[in-house]
Amino acid sequence: MASLTSLTLKGALDGLDAGDFTSVELTQAHVEAVEAARGLNAFLVETPERALAMAAASDARRALGAAGPLDGIPLGIKDLFCTEGVPTTAASRILEPFVPRYESTVTSQLWRDGAVMLGKLNLDEFAMGSSNETSAYGPVVNPWRKAGSNQALTPGGSSGGSAAAVAADLCLGATATDTGGSIRQPASFTGTVGIKPTYGRCSRWGTVAFASSLDQAGPIAKTVEDAAILLTSMSGHDPKDSTSLDVPVPDFAAFVGKSVKGLRIGVPKEYRVDGMPAEIQKLWDDGVAWLKEAGCEIVEISLPHTKYALPAYYIVAPAEASSNLARYDGMRYGLRAEGANLTEVYENTRAQGFGDEVKRRILIGTYVLSAGYYDAYYLKALKVRRRIAEDFDNAWRMCDAILTPTAPSAAFGLGENSNDPIAMYLNDVFTVTTNLAGLPGLSLPAGLDADRLPLGLQIIGKPLDEGTVFSVAGAIEKAAGFKAKADKWW
Amino acid sequence: MAIDAATVRKVARLARIAEPEERIEALAQELNGIMTWIEQLAEVDTDGVEPLTSVVHAGLPLRDDVVTMGGDADIVTGNAPKSAGGFFVVPKVVE
Repeated sequence: MASLTSLTLKGALDGLDAGDFTSVELTQAHVEAVEAARGLNAFLVETPERALAMAAASDARRALGAAGPLDGIPLGIKDLFCTEGVPTTAASRILEPFVPRYESTVTSQLWRDGAVMLGKLNLDEFAMGSSNETSAYGPVVNPWRKAGSNQALTPGGSSGGSAAAVAADLCLGATATDTGGSIRQPASFTGTVGIKPTYGRCSRWGTVAFASSLDQAGPIAKTVEDAAILLTSMSGHDPKDSTSLDVPVPDFAAFVGKSVKGLRIGVPKEYRVDGMPAEIQKLWDDGVAWLKEAGCEIVEISLPHTKYALPAYYIVAPAEASSNLARYDGMRYGLRAEGANLTEVYENTRAQGFGDEVKRRILIGTYVLSAGYYDAYYLKALKVRRRIAEDFDNAWRMCDAILTPTAPSAAFGLGENSNDPIAMYLNDVFTVTTNLAGLPGLSLPAGLDADRLPLGLQIIGKPLDEGTVFSVAGAIEKAAGFKAKADKWW
Repeated sequence: MAIDAATVRKVARLARIAEPEERIEALAQELNGIMTWIEQLAEVDTDGVEPLTSVVHAGLPLRDDVVTMGGDADIVTGNAPKSAGGFFVVPKVVE
């Protein structure tokens, strides 16, 4: 039998059901993998004792025939989800030392379904970043390296710890969040599958807020089916989040493997951006060919406001962030710096607690919301946001799902883009539109570039139509036959 | 409209972030670079377009006006930098 850490989540569930191994054995194997992979800097907090206790309880439930849908499965949790009794940092100094006294709704549903927590995963500070380099605890290192090179690459961001941990077989799946591409771009950079569901599918309660009208939780996993199993557990209405949707949660895994014959797949011409590497264009063409082969009809569509999505996002997201992060005032939790008066205490606390990128976004947000600029910037961006949403409404008259590349490049070197904020922001050029429009988007690995780094394709669906997204992703996964793994160096 | 040093100082004060004087000029340049890039939004015709604040089309849900939780002052203040007797201890506000 292959090692327990190389199993898929579904394979592990089957093995637990068949009695091939226990959750304690499965969890122990992952605890050891986590300990051996500290060089990746993927985990900020390891919780091996809690994991093994949860695993033992899971084995007892299974023995009684009372196993839940994720029973005994070891997962990693992005350190943006509050976990009761376990430090939660958002990768920021300003939350040091914060130990939540409550559990986020998303993680509580995973534990309800029997999952086991291995620990908390590194991320960009407050999920603001595309390379993990804004983490106050140092960046995660991508398990993947270019062929013949030792250069340290970014796993992407902000959910870089989640993506790296799944890619390196440290956990069978991970929670993540996506405000502009923070699930899908890291998934693309690490050869993993990630889905940001429809806005409102998952409760935001207990998840540290960045930009509330854009933030959505979702899973990163090894396969499309694993991602579907995890999303079913994470989704559902929550009275504690007024924007969480009160709609039934389908069994998403049932959509994986369904025929895609007759589906109309949109290919947006505006996503053929200048300077896109030929390999990514080729991968996109391959995806089109695979879906055609599977019986889909390919339709060229137009999303004319695509190029305005990132500039609109960089008004809306910082504006919401500047409001949300006003809560870090040094009074109720986290860091408090000294000062001669109350204002100085606030100013020094926030100067010492926040990193440069977070400060930059708070300043932009404060500026665009300030008197005299609100209409010119903030209101204008919200109007452009509607134009972008309307682009998709029009596209849905012609197609059932949309196929695009996930990111404009493969994983780049740590430090390569960190001096140019706009170059870094452009990582999200293909993903940010779905956040603005509230649509589901999934990234799956579909090929390797000339350096043998993974590249992802993105499938965008109609609101609440994750089912079709999973069916299309399943068809591409089958046709692509992507089996490559990072060579273990850590 | 260019962001100058005075604007950076004002915005940093509004955001309650102490920025050392030697950082102000560099910040003005950084923020200007980003805002110049954002200016392309002016090309989009948005006449008569309603601002989109939420992609959730459902109305706000209402619940019965009853107490659902409370009486947990120790838990609420448990992470405070300073607390006493179930209260947050804060710097002197009124001189």
